[in-house]
Amino acid sequence: MLTLSTQLNTYLFIGAMLFGFGVFGLVRRPSLIGMLIAAELVLCGASVNFMAFNNFLAEDPTVGQIITLFIMAIAAAEAAIAMSIVIAVYRNYKSIETEDLVDLQG
Amino acid sequence: MNLSISPDVVPILREGIFLGMVIVTVFGALLATLAKRMTRAVLGLIVCFLGIAGIYYFLNSPFVALMQILIYVGAVAITICFAIMLAEPDEMKMAAKTPGLAGPFAVLLGGAVTWVLASTAMHAQWMTPAVKINEGSVQQVGASLLTMYSMVFELVSIVLLLAILGSLVVARAGRDKAEC
Repeated sequence: MLTLSTQLNTYLFIGAMLFGFGVFGLVRRPSLIGMLIAAELVLCGASVNFMAFNNFLAEDPTVGQIITLFIMAIAAAEAAIAMSIVIAVYRNYKSIETEDLVDLQG
Repeated sequence: MNLSISPDVVPILREGIFLGMVIVTVFGALLATLAKRMTRAVLGLIVCFLGIAGIYYFLNSPFVALMQILIYVGAVAITICFAIMLAEPDEMKMAAKTPGLAGPFAVLLGGAVTWVLASTAMHAQWMTPAVKINEGSVQQVGASLLTMYSMVFELVSIVLLLAILGSLVVARAGRDKAEC
């Protein structure tokens, strides 16, 4: 019990759990912003995995940190683009719920 | 005043703080995925990010932990706050709607993904490295960012520039249409 924070498996489990929470939120949320929040959780799960392998198994422990920093940059870019898409969708449909965004349904 | 802690307590304290960080992360993730109001979901996301920053600290990467707070809490969460303010999600309508089949399906899918990933990770045989060529300090991270990974570093800055331009273009397009 006292070695929980020094074991690789603990961190891998945390990463898997964050990924699972992200998938859960992506399926469950009825709005675009909720899905954006869940997608951030998925990215964080991946980052935790990279950092865990970086600390315990990597020969060069800077690689995982750099990859995590790049993931953060990509996540920031993704959030900015998703925000502009949400605003554009809201302007055209007056709603950001996924059920309302249908044009081709008879 | 004597503030020294006896060496026996240190591992217990360490594990306690670690478990606290894990609980904070899980609580934040639950709040981010289950809260009815979007503002509370963003707050849950921020709590989750802070917990993950603590976990990064336990993985000997204080620099990445601070970057996590700076970028995720300071930039990404605020961007989502802007999206909520500009798009005004109809929360009352969303709360009144029954989730239908999406709720149980989401639990099933999320649980399955977690179970598969976690069980794969637990049963795998990982190869421990024979030798560590450095200890991954901030200086070494900075050195390899500017030597081995300098090309990727530049490419990421181009990606960020394109993201800014692209988001401006996408957000502007609807406005032009509304005006004419």
